[in-house]
Amino acid sequence: MNSTTATKEFPLLKVTVSDRARAAPVTEPKIALEALTVRYGRRVAVDAVTMPVYRNLITAIIGPSGCGKSSLLRALNRMNDTIAGVQTSGRVLLDGQDIYTPECDVIALRRRVGMVFQQPNPFPKSIYDNVAFGLRINGLVHSRAELDERVERALRQAALWDEVKDRLDRSALQLSGGEQQRLCIARALAVEPEVLLMDEPASALDPISTAKIEELMFALKQQYTIVIVTHNMQQAARVSDFTAFLLSGVLVEFSSTPQLFTNPADPRTEAYITGRFG
Amino acid sequence: MERHFERDLAELQQRVLWMGSLVERAVHQAVRAVFEGDENLARQVLSEETAVNEMQMEIDERVLQMLALYQLMAADLRMVLAISRINADLERIGDQAVNIAESAQRILRHPRVKPYVDLPRMSELAESMVRDSLNALIHKDVEMARAVLQRDDQLDRLRDQIFRELLTYMMENSAVVFPAFELILVAKNLERIGDHATNIAEDVFYIVAGRDVRHQALDRR
Repeated sequence: MNSTTATKEFPLLKVTVSDRARAAPVTEPKIALEALTVRYGRRVAVDAVTMPVYRNLITAIIGPSGCGKSSLLRALNRMNDTIAGVQTSGRVLLDGQDIYTPECDVIALRRRVGMVFQQPNPFPKSIYDNVAFGLRINGLVHSRAELDERVERALRQAALWDEVKDRLDRSALQLSGGEQQRLCIARALAVEPEVLLMDEPASALDPISTAKIEELMFALKQQYTIVIVTHNMQQAARVSDFTAFLLSGVLVEFSSTPQLFTNPADPRTEAYITGRFG
Repeated sequence: MERHFERDLAELQQRVLWMGSLVERAVHQAVRAVFEGDENLARQVLSEETAVNEMQMEIDERVLQMLALYQLMAADLRMVLAISRINADLERIGDQAVNIAESAQRILRHPRVKPYVDLPRMSELAESMVRDSLNALIHKDVEMARAVLQRDDQLDRLRDQIFRELLTYMMENSAVVFPAFELILVAKNLERIGDHATNIAEDVFYIVAGRDVRHQALDRR
């Protein structure tokens, strides 16, 4: 991993001083958005956004309601395709391959780029079957033992295993809101995606559950590339490495999170994060 | 589960302790340069000043980011605020060490005014105050912090004594005015180092107990 930090070595003192405290590490882009535009009929929701999404880091997208954050997020695994009247132009490169070409296998794409929604939406099935669902329909496992193992691994990754291991056959709907959301994360992780898209994953949760989800994201970025949409600026500040500020569909600023929240480049970003917007 | 900011806070504390050890070392070398007439030690202190200054800026940046990125509350908030103040105190201690090293360079061009007796006592006391204030910070030890506060008066008395004695020498023999005056500056700088250590000890009170004991009589501490 490279770093944007400038450091000075003082070998005699055995100390290295860095000019940035929590400097954003820079990795290769996992996803590259190139002039991505999303239209609902004549209305432009996302306006020619160009930005990278770095591998194994958390990228937050912030902005006021209706600024196009969720539309942008859904464009990253073509979830907008399911909405009538949506037109997408520009390019979204996943590992260098445009996901909007006709040859792109959308089912395979969504397996590689998983999604967690605002409201926990477990299926009315058992905890086990929720996590096993994607593995079964995609035919990704060949034995019960393998299925058990993958379900356990996903639940452990989602920091839920210890809480549910003795009641895997109970209905997922009996879990608390926070547990349901972690179950949905486990369900998304079970098919071993490369990218995890999270649309306001904690907005329906209490502070303790929110903290758990945030710590979970921090642990998950070792393995996954995460993009989170949040209207909660503090959450973006706490968890992300890079932040994109969107306004009326336009990308106003994309910076490392410490940079954006301590010294934003654009006065509109400054106005928004200091609550002086409007 | 370890909270995200706890890791950053632990790192911030580590950096402050590093900075503390840098200035402790600078003070120790600067006074040795005076007592042993060692020009090399004095030069070393001057050359290492940049590291302390750079470290101060790095710590300030970390504090700024902690305040911007996390909604700190209660003990965490007090810790970060206090670290910001301690950072400034440590940098000033580093400056005093540089002043002493510069005095050392000027003093060693002259014959020794007198045997050093009270000045080493004063430097030992000031160094112990810096060391203990940082130990109190590490261990969040209010009793150790209180002991630092109590030593400050002793340090002031030693300074007054050294001033009086050196003034007598200067009045008796104008040839020693220059080196004696430099020694008075050294004593003044050591007294200031004690004041900064006192500030750090007061911040330990603030971190641990949430009590602001600055500007209070010692018996109320």
